[in-house]
Amino acid sequence: MSVLLWGILPYVMVAVFVGGLIWRYRYDQFGWTTRSSQLYESRLLRIGSPLFHFGILVVVIGHVVGLFIPQEWTAAVGVTEDLYHLLALGLGTVAGIATLVGVGILVYRRRTTGPVFMATTKNDKTMYVVLVAAIIAGLATTVISVFGPHEEVTYRDTVSPWFRSLFILQPDIQAMSEASFAFQLHTVVGMLLFLIWPFTRLVHAFTAPVHYLFRPYIIYRSRDGRPSASRGIRRGWTAVGTPDRTSDRRVPGPGPNAVPGPGNPGAGARRKDRTGGGTR
Amino acid sequence: MRVMAQMGMVMNLDKCIGCHTCSVTCKQAWTNRAGTEYVWFNNVETRPGQGYPRRYEDQEKWRGGWELNGRGRLKLRTGSRLKRLLTIFSSPVQPKLEDYYEPWTYDYQTLIDAPLGDDFPVARPKSLITGEDTKITWSANWDDDLGGASEMGHLDPVVEKVRRESEDAIKFQFEQTFMFYLPRICEHCLNPSCMASCPSGAIYKREEDGIVLVDQDRCRGWRQCITGCPYKKIYFNHRTGKAEKCTLCYPRLEVGLPTVCSETCVGRLRYLGLFLYDADKVTEAASTPDEQDLYEAQLDLMLDPDDPEVIRAAREQDIPDDWMDAARRSPVYALAKKYRVALPLHPEYRTMPMVWYIPPLSPIVDLLRDQGHDAESAGTLFGAIEALRIPVEYLAELFTAGDTDLVTGVLRKLAAMRAYLRDITLDRERDESIPASVGMSGATMYEMYRLLAIAKYEERYVIPTAHYERAHELEELGCSLDFDGGPYEIGESGPFGEASGRPAPVAVETYQALRDRQTAGEAASSESLRGRVNLLNWDGNGAPTGLFPPRGEPDAPADEPAGDAPGGRR
Ligand code: HEM
Ligand code: SF4
Ligand code: SF4
Repeated sequence: MSVLLWGILPYVMVAVFVGGLIWRYRYDQFGWTTRSSQLYESRLLRIGSPLFHFGILVVVIGHVVGLFIPQEWTAAVGVTEDLYHLLALGLGTVAGIATLVGVGILVYRRRTTGPVFMATTKNDKTMYVVLVAAIIAGLATTVISVFGPHEEVTYRDTVSPWFRSLFILQPDIQAMSEASFAFQLHTVVGMLLFLIWPFTRLVHAFTAPVHYLFRPYIIYRSRDGRPSASRGIRRGWTAVGTPDRTSDRRVPGPGPNAVPGPGNPGAGARRKDRTGGGTR
Repeated sequence: MRVMAQMGMVMNLDKCIGCHTCSVTCKQAWTNRAGTEYVWFNNVETRPGQGYPRRYEDQEKWRGGWELNGRGRLKLRTGSRLKRLLTIFSSPVQPKLEDYYEPWTYDYQTLIDAPLGDDFPVARPKSLITGEDTKITWSANWDDDLGGASEMGHLDPVVEKVRRESEDAIKFQFEQTFMFYLPRICEHCLNPSCMASCPSGAIYKREEDGIVLVDQDRCRGWRQCITGCPYKKIYFNHRTGKAEKCTLCYPRLEVGLPTVCSETCVGRLRYLGLFLYDADKVTEAASTPDEQDLYEAQLDLMLDPDDPEVIRAAREQDIPDDWMDAARRSPVYALAKKYRVALPLHPEYRTMPMVWYIPPLSPIVDLLRDQGHDAESAGTLFGAIEALRIPVEYLAELFTAGDTDLVTGVLRKLAAMRAYLRDITLDRERDESIPASVGMSGATMYEMYRLLAIAKYEERYVIPTAHYERAHELEELGCSLDFDGGPYEIGESGPFGEASGRPAPVAVETYQALRDRQTAGEAASSESLRGRVNLLNWDGNGAPTGLFPPRGEPDAPADEPAGDAPGGRR
């Protein structure tokens, strides 16, 4: 069991995560978006989203520092173990709680705001379950470290060495199995999150637009030299109409926006599903 | 000098009858999909009125477009790049659906399914967003024809401004009201703030014709462009999570056809043609300190296609000769620069918009006529333009950043044209002092009249076709119009949510076929179209196979060959 969880799963996770991201990036540029729901609701989003995102960014940085940087290094620059813990736990708790509250608001908003709920896919729901579980388990480890019985071995002696050992392809399974249950749970859920990551909307984090700071404001691009031709299925095109959200029902009739229903061959329009886009 | 070509549009507002045909045909062609129900690439606003989305011109609130910073440099009204990245997680000033309207349909099914009873069944409005019953409270043109103006007229940001700045209040009383229609599409700006706000760099301007497009594959749904565009002419598709905007019907333009809105315009008031402009000078022009000088600065960017220096520079930029020729025949260049009657909408946003408007004289003519004056005489008209401050100030807020002299100048030209032409039509002696009073010669004025009043299709739309290196590929690449077998069932969500999966690009050959049909001048035959007739390329001749349900008569062949049907349309 330990071998499976701490020896094999990490590599499966990495393979799926990296492979999935590359594959999705190549295959599904059009689906790679935040799918913002601000058009529907912005009051709660305005509180929840920044709270969550800033929280999670700090958490991510915390993970990188905690997992990658060995204890000896921080000690060498004069950060004592106690100071480190105070910092990590203090900052970690604040960021963790911000993240949790933020995600709580976001989930509450998803559930209670009609339009946002309608726009929530099964994919989103699964993602939220795993994400929230990872955050709660993570926060639990922090809380236990602070208020729980003081343990001799901390994650810097168990999880971190294991994590680093993964990179030299000699997983230190022993170290990880000695970690407390909370840490083990958090690690497993975390790996699960990374497993599904490439297949959810979370991919947007990997196209964080930092290059915006450096690019010129006005972009000229030449029209594609080759005229495009299209056949087959058009993505992004669904008929207007309330029941279109359940695929087994038909469009009831023309709404104010002229529904191309049966017998109304809006073929010309149907082809132009990528109107905003154009040639690349 | 870096010469670039820009496809531009001019709309002659005097002729707009507010029929919304352009909006409807555009919507049918481009935004009749789920997720774009509320999206109107073309909309027609009654002015005074709030516009669409409501009060979009209130940049204090919406923060669209550019402003000058302390050092006189251009800066987006939303702040620095860093600030925008830090507020990306929730956009501070994005219009919500309520600022547009909640799209709806009607529950027609009850009309069919309702059991027999004493009461008539009703088709209740259903929200297209939630699927629930809804109350219709607003739409894209709710205040059409000044509907509700007595209660809501003051909500027009331009009215607010004019009221603040002048003593008289704009009144919304029937006798004193003026009104006109303002059709709006994306301005395909030379200095687009939507593009500058896009964190991913997905919005781009085409080098060849200046059309501003959103690369649907690179858009990541950061929805910053929605705030950035001061005209609110870029929309968020809430199903696909991507921004979409007017494409100036580029697949049509590439084969030489006008945009759908131009083609179908009832008033024939739209003109399409090329501008040549100096791309190196755009930023400088947009940074002109005084807002009221922006119009002149923008006009200065437009280069004269007959100038040898410009021709040489254009050749350096590989602008083809037929494009140069089109630029020389361009109706939009003539209206904007030669006759100087077309004005940009809200130049003070500093985006250098490329859809220009000829301000309407008709509100003034109508007022005069209603008061019993001779609305065709130059003297009366000139006097009225001076006297009717409110309409002029209102137009100035729209088109010249409040410079009433400029608007008055244009209106005087239009008035002079009316008066001068009346003498010609009535076979009276031409009064050459009339064109002279607005600084034009009689011949130029007559030329302008011809372009404004009787220009034919080819003169209104001067559209050079796109050059493809591999022209043969414009030939059929396959039967792209086949739509057999349940095409309505497709297009559902991909595995990763709405609209994931491979793209399906726009088919040029569809438009080639469409153009051939439109210019052929003969009945549809199954040979020329190879059986590929649909509502888009059907010219109304004949009754192509499959376009209509088979006739009811038992002896009529259900599958008669296209074009042979004696009755034509059924
Ligand atoms: C620094 C990179 C990131 C940026 C710029 C970013 C930006 C955004 C934006 C613009 C939205 C759309 C909000 C809306 O209008 O509805 C969003 C949604 C979301 N993001 Fe991020 N994000 C980043 C990183 C992350 C990370 C690391 C995670 C999670 C681990 C994450 C999880 C989410 C979730 C769950 C939502 C959906 C919120 C909802 O509507 O319920 N993001 N993000
Ligand atoms: S009008 Fe069009 S080009 Fe100009 S800023 Fe708006 S969307 Fe961009
Ligand atoms: S079709 Fe022409 S006349 Fe009718 S509303 Fe549009 S611009 Fe005006």
